[in-house]
Amino acid sequence: MPQKTYAGITVDVNEEGYFTNPSQWTKEIAIEIAKEEGLVLTGQHFAIMEFLRNRFLGGEALSIRSINHSGVLDVKTFYQLFPGAPLKKATKIAGIPKPSSCI
Amino acid sequence: MSTEQDFRIRKVNIICAKGAIEDVYATLVMGNGAVMEGIETNIFFTFFGLDAIVKKRMDKLHTGVIGNPALRLPGGARMPSLLGVIPGMESFTSWMMMREMEKLDIPPVSEFMDLITAGGGKIYACKLAMDMFKFKKEDLSEHVSGILTIGEFYAHAGGEGSQIIFT
Repeated sequence: MPQKTYAGITVDVNEEGYFTNPSQWTKEIAIEIAKEEGLVLTGQHFAIMEFLRNRFLGGEALSIRSINHSGVLDVKTFYQLFPGAPLKKATKIAGIPKPSSCI
Repeated sequence: MSTEQDFRIRKVNIICAKGAIEDVYATLVMGNGAVMEGIETNIFFTFFGLDAIVKKRMDKLHTGVIGNPALRLPGGARMPSLLGVIPGMESFTSWMMMREMEKLDIPPVSEFMDLITAGGGKIYACKLAMDMFKFKKEDLSEHVSGILTIGEFYAHAGGEGSQIIFT
């Protein structure tokens, strides 16, 4: 299994760089992954990543629609915070697997 | 230096000419999926597909129960076309479809368009079909960026890595 080292910590990832063990994730790690993606994280980034992590760890599916139910921010802001493919980028930085949903 | 060519899809232009639930949702799922992947997305509604962007109709689409050989009853048996003539059958079937989609977190049409436009996807109406069905700009939902002629549509669709999809 591939591994990567962020902020001095070695973590397990898959071929695409997504965490296979979300409990290895820390905020310092997130800042490093975000750098790779060309992003500087703000409080809003962390707030929505916390929502995504809680939802994933609670066994719920992640979808772009669910962002509107986060109470943290709306979908438009989400697209601005993680430009390009936001759900894929946000889950990668948040240390959880890539969503398998089509929505 | 790599000389490999990059054939990634960078832009999709989806045309929807039909107004049944399955036609419109195929379009919206593909369009939203493209936006989510960071692909530039244009969706062009024409003919009966216009129902999906007409304010009063967009969240009241139906699916056809007559002449739809793939339609099944709960349990998997084919639905005889004759049952389709029973009053309310089409509404009931459509309601069932929407309910099943909601379970999969697939939103109603207007909310789906909120998601697509929030991510920068563009939605257009066909000028010719608008004239034919006597629709005015005011009849269209606020998601619509403009009313295009077919020439304008092709102009919007240009570019490297661009694809035109007819659903």
